[in-house]
Amino acid sequence: MCLAVPGKVLDIWERDQTRMAKVDFGGVEKDVCLEFVPDIEVGEYTIVHVGFALQRLDEKSAMETLALFKELGELDKEFGDAWAQAARDNGREVPE
Amino acid sequence: MKYIDEFNDPELAKRLLDDIHATVKQPWAIMEVCGGQTHSIIRHGIDQLIPDQVEMIHGPGCPVCVTPLELIDKALEIASRPEVIFCSFGDMLRVPGSGRDLFRVKSEGGDIRVVYSPLDALKLARENPDREVVFFGIGFETTAPPNAMAVFQAKRLGVPNFSMLVSHVRVPPAIDAIMQSPACRVQAFLAAGHVCSVMGTQEYPPLVERYSVPIVVTGFEPLDILEGIRHTVHQLERGESYLDNAYARAVPPEGNPAARKLLSEVFTVTDRGWRGIGVIPDSGWRLSETYRDFDAEYRFQVGDIHTDESAVCRSGEVLQGLIKPHECAAFGTQCTPRNPLGATMVSSEGACAAYYLYRRLTTPSTSQREVASIG
Amino acid sequence: MAEAVDAQPLDFEGWACPVPLRDSPTIVMGHGGGGQMSAELIEHLFVPAFGSSPGGLADSAVVELGGARIAFSTDTFVVRPLFFPGGSIGHLAVNGTINDLAMSGATPAHLSCGFVLEEGTELGIVGRVASDMGAAARAAGVTIVTGDTKVVDSGHGDQVYVNTAGLGLVPSGVDIRPDRARPGDVVIVSGAIGVHGIAIMSVREGLGFGSEITSDTAALHPLVAAMLAVTPDLHALRDPTRGGLATSLNEIAAASGVGVRLVEKAIPVPAEVGNACSMLGLDPLYVANEGKLVAFVPREHSDAVLAAMRAHPLGGGAAIIGECVEDHPSMVVVTTTFGGTRVVDTPLGEQLPRIC
Repeated sequence: MCLAVPGKVLDIWERDQTRMAKVDFGGVEKDVCLEFVPDIEVGEYTIVHVGFALQRLDEKSAMETLALFKELGELDKEFGDAWAQAARDNGREVPE
Repeated sequence: MKYIDEFNDPELAKRLLDDIHATVKQPWAIMEVCGGQTHSIIRHGIDQLIPDQVEMIHGPGCPVCVTPLELIDKALEIASRPEVIFCSFGDMLRVPGSGRDLFRVKSEGGDIRVVYSPLDALKLARENPDREVVFFGIGFETTAPPNAMAVFQAKRLGVPNFSMLVSHVRVPPAIDAIMQSPACRVQAFLAAGHVCSVMGTQEYPPLVERYSVPIVVTGFEPLDILEGIRHTVHQLERGESYLDNAYARAVPPEGNPAARKLLSEVFTVTDRGWRGIGVIPDSGWRLSETYRDFDAEYRFQVGDIHTDESAVCRSGEVLQGLIKPHECAAFGTQCTPRNPLGATMVSSEGACAAYYLYRRLTTPSTSQREVASIG
Repeated sequence: MAEAVDAQPLDFEGWACPVPLRDSPTIVMGHGGGGQMSAELIEHLFVPAFGSSPGGLADSAVVELGGARIAFSTDTFVVRPLFFPGGSIGHLAVNGTINDLAMSGATPAHLSCGFVLEEGTELGIVGRVASDMGAAARAAGVTIVTGDTKVVDSGHGDQVYVNTAGLGLVPSGVDIRPDRARPGDVVIVSGAIGVHGIAIMSVREGLGFGSEITSDTAALHPLVAAMLAVTPDLHALRDPTRGGLATSLNEIAAASGVGVRLVEKAIPVPAEVGNACSMLGLDPLYVANEGKLVAFVPREHSDAVLAAMRAHPLGGGAAIIGECVEDHPSMVVVTTTFGGTRVVDTPLGEQLPRIC
């Protein structure tokens, strides 16, 4: 249900009144239908499943998540409840 | 691949694992719903690396496994017709119906084609106006918008020789069904990340409320799975339960409104039978009235199909996480990947197939041992 | 549909064929996939009919004739599309049989070729295939000495099918067989895997590549010669074509009764091949290769053999990917990048793209 990979939009055009793009997946290029992400732009990343772009990939969020991983272990030493702190840092709801 | 490779970093995996190990104090049973997540867990050996007390129960998120037997038999019947070009994702080709599978139908002369995208099937229909092209539209919510688009385009472009055999299933009703099962042991869920990319996260807080279980939206790369597990065990150890999103880069809370708009036009919610589980109300989609002309079940008037499930197969209980594959008497004996009795042994991320491969390794875990002199 | 003929009854006890097949047994695509079903067709249908041979079921047979040890092999080529990035059915037909001979350590000498041509096929296509075969044979220093051509009715073939068979002499002291792998042997692959299969798939699936993935088809006997110059005592060689590296390793593991332990991060997969596999849901271990070999080398010679391979143009990307162990005999197990393990089984039939 879920095999979808992120790719970079290289070029956008229309075919049969359908928005299409050439998307680059680490050197592999494929034509992808963009009808579900109509405001995506060249240079952005999108998640592609069975030939369709389904969602924009939030690059900022990706980098923040990786930064969080890198800080794991180090935060624990200094701050104690690192997990709750990290959750707050990422704007996730932490219930009272 | 950017945004894949970084989430496969073994050094970061170790940090996530250390945190998980440091956090877990008691046994927990977590269900990952999505077959793609099961695949990733088994492929990378993640279930061997997390603490022994954390049990991953492989859920029914494998559309191949849960497609009802009647529908597979209908597919086989339609695919056997000489005027039909039957198109399917590769996953479905080896799933046994009552007595045969699509490969067998191909060997008997059926024109069966594996496609990467439903639009490829539509293209075939336009290129072969004298043939009936039928696409086997299976999947969860992730695949539903692409399948809907193919039907939408068929109507818009006027492609009368295209139709779809639909068996779409939805995750939230499945979670309901699993939690209501009396023998249910699941204490938390990893929700399927790409399903939520489409549907958003708003369907899950009611389930959290109803069952007091943590639900964590989780991705598919090893670091994503570990992060999902990590968030989950933190909630469990604290006795908390709320909806959390550990896959924010691909899941905005609102999901994809454009996709959902098309879904509401092309599909209608319906009761759906899940192979091995039974009918779960409102758990599926079928083509809406507007698009009934493109519904292969109507077009081909496939009559009453007598289905013949193996009496021995317990895949339904496996799919719900009620038993482990090796607790089925047929496991490894009558039922193997070579001779599958049910879909969970056929599909590459079916729990039974995964267990069969994993359990054949009879040596003690050697994950710490360095392979001598490998450069 | 085929005419009805009296089919010989078969005993299906122990077949891997899925249960549905046994009720009305027909050939299905899986029988040609190079995996378990292919092997069983040979073991349960052909071998009982032919009688088993002393050579076993290796890529080529080594027979004694007039005091000489001759490697003898045949292969039939049905690839679609006929022409793909990096080569054609013609290149595969010549290199494929040459490589089967080379996997016994033989120096390939002569080939035969048989064509089954479909009525209506453009002569230009057949000409191009023949030209590619000639070029490949000349490049490999091998002669095509005899052949045959048949034409079938339009609709009863797929333009061009080619069969080649080959002969070569096996040097004395060389005894390369799938059952000779031993615990402690080092497993070396001659270069990156998955290239050919993805090159083919790219045509079918409409994938483009930034820098094109082209088939790695090549005649490997010069590489094998370089390896034999280090030591004649190579234990097993295989060119992993259909069914991929996983199938070849499983065949040797099973024939030799050893376990094979691979290290995932040591297996060379080009980034674009890996990414294409990710998109299609394929595992590179099961993707077809050409122009690559996997070797089981006694440990004491492994460094020298590896160096010789890397020094050769056909082995520049050679890498040690694992070893033979006494544990889990006949099973291939890979240690993942994260330290977990998983079993790598022989595929049942052909690997299919997936959506899950």
